[in-house]
Amino acid sequence: MHRSSEVKHVASYLNTRGCECFGQPCESHCPVLTDRTIHVQLKTFIKIRVKPDRTGVVTDGVKHSMNPFCEIAVEEAIKLKEKKLVKEVVAVSCGPQQVQETIRTALAMGADRGIHVEVSGKDYETLGPLQVSKIFAALAKKEQADLIILGKQAIDDDCNQTGQITAALLDWPQGTFASEMTLEADKLKVVREVDGGLETIKINLPAVVTADLRLNTPRYATLPNIMKAKKKKIANVKPADLGVDVCSRLEVLKVDEPPQRQAGVKVETVDDLVGKLKEAGRV
Amino acid sequence: TPSSCLRPPSPPPTRALTPRTRELPPLPQLAELPELHQMMRQTCRDYAQKELAPIAAQLDKDHKFPAKQVKELGAMGVMAVEVPESLGGAGMDYLAYCLAVEELSRGCASTGVIVSVNNSLYLGPILKFGTEEQKKQWITPFTTGERVGCFALSEPGNGSDAGAASTLAQQEGDEWVLSGTKAWITNCWDASATVVFATTDKSLKHKGISAFLVPMPHPGLSLGKKEDKLGIRASSTANIILEDCRIPLGNMLGERGMGFKIAMQTLDSGRLGIAAQALGIAQAALDCSADYAHKRTAFGAPIGKLQAIQFKLADMALAIESARLLTWRAAMLRDAKKPFTKEAAMAKLAASEAATFVSHQAIQVLGGMGYVTDMPAERHYRDARITEIYEGTSEIQRLVIANNILKEYQQ
Repeated sequence: MHRSSEVKHVASYLNTRGCECFGQPCESHCPVLTDRTIHVQLKTFIKIRVKPDRTGVVTDGVKHSMNPFCEIAVEEAIKLKEKKLVKEVVAVSCGPQQVQETIRTALAMGADRGIHVEVSGKDYETLGPLQVSKIFAALAKKEQADLIILGKQAIDDDCNQTGQITAALLDWPQGTFASEMTLEADKLKVVREVDGGLETIKINLPAVVTADLRLNTPRYATLPNIMKAKKKKIANVKPADLGVDVCSRLEVLKVDEPPQRQAGVKVETVDDLVGKLKEAGRV
Repeated sequence: TPSSCLRPPSPPPTRALTPRTRELPPLPQLAELPELHQMMRQTCRDYAQKELAPIAAQLDKDHKFPAKQVKELGAMGVMAVEVPESLGGAGMDYLAYCLAVEELSRGCASTGVIVSVNNSLYLGPILKFGTEEQKKQWITPFTTGERVGCFALSEPGNGSDAGAASTLAQQEGDEWVLSGTKAWITNCWDASATVVFATTDKSLKHKGISAFLVPMPHPGLSLGKKEDKLGIRASSTANIILEDCRIPLGNMLGERGMGFKIAMQTLDSGRLGIAAQALGIAQAALDCSADYAHKRTAFGAPIGKLQAIQFKLADMALAIESARLLTWRAAMLRDAKKPFTKEAAMAKLAASEAATFVSHQAIQVLGGMGYVTDMPAERHYRDARITEIYEGTSEIQRLVIANNILKEYQQ
């Protein structure tokens, strides 16, 4: 049964906050950061630096790009549109001016239009899952979205909260860590990756789904689509317009680098080991 | 003959997320190019690093044409960057095309030349000089990556001396009959059509040369053995032998006697594609050297700390950057429909000499490791060498530049 008459929008919410990476020191003058992926041992070129006032990490001059899980979310939305199961895909991102680049990448992949929720400066530094979820919930109501697909978590803060909080605020069902999703009649079948294996659930629309790694493999933006993306619209909205207060309820006390790894000690026997552990107060 | 129907586009290629995604540092110039160009450069870079770089060494070993990748690039629009959308292309400008070829060549130089020959040498002249009918028949099927074309100008008896073509074209009733041999034709073993230059009147010398469109395979057209080359081995190069090869009169491209002009104008643009390929090879060689300089330790520190290595890296980067800006400038002049012959020759000369210089130094930086196939430095060295030869040797480029300079200063 076609859903196109009922499912109007699939909003793909993109997280484009900073991307950090763990890598070797770089001598370059232009610390441009490439997209981090979920595997930590990749070769990248920026060393994470904690700000001198220890309130966070340095993000100045660091290039931001689309969160990998959000790419998967956008891909899934576009696939639904190609199957004619949804009518329109809207890509949304919250942040300063630079996020427009990321929204345009989503448009080049095939999204129909974009919404840039402008949050900058101090507000952006303290922007967290709760405020973002409030913004998404307000937008979902305004746009009358039928389906929200997000990445399961952002790879800079690894919160894994936005999808869940958004669903709760809207009182919508949620299918998180999706590795497969199918529209069946008026229900959404979601296969979730959980610790014990795979769990299949059926949820009603409207719903929130968060994308996991194996949901799909995102496409390359084709040149014709990049050209078309130029003409697609990105609307500008402020949180206040949506009636959302982005004031943070959390105060970051301090941010530190992980402690330097200490050298280990070799012991001869098990008794020695137990003795050392007791000395260190571990046992 | 190739059909003229537009095929539905094949689905765009997908990519998997792995640690190697977007591993390379984006080049700082990204900030100065228009957003459209930045996006398309990024997409080509992603594709090259994910899909081409991992297989380049094997393609080189096997002399294997990357058919699957060419189809995927076709689906992305890269096989026909400048061709208007109405004919099935991406409808972008020449600067975008040069960026694409550079990024792809950074992954695999052979794929870069396959893309370049199809775009500049095959589609280019038909786009510029073809009739509407010819464009539909000979362009559209060659935009999707399903088919590639080639360009047959050089002969065993003349390369740089293009005006001395000895391949003959004789009119017999409502057919042209071509006979002769063409040499060094890139893509020919994998191509479905070719632009052939033959002389209709030897006494008129270069003014007697005309251009013809010939489908492949075709009776009377046969291919020589695949050349066993030093580099760009995944792209096929061979002779095209024409013996009583008959084609309809409508297969002439442009006017009779216009062939030399078509060839020269085509090569003007083609040489930017090769400049871009050379830049990609040079950049890949620099990537590999800089990476090695961080990791390899000698005398108690990474070799990147040694001034000898630093000076090499600086010279390499300078050579590439200079050539890159020349290439972009020539491409922008062409897009603005301004004269660009001198600049294109400068770009190709600078880029190809940069490629050989940088890849030579890259082997030096890598030392013994640069000499073995475990590292890509030796492949870049082999791939770079041809860029100083094809689509106008470095000597010819110098003549072109000098002639232009002298004209500028003409009393």
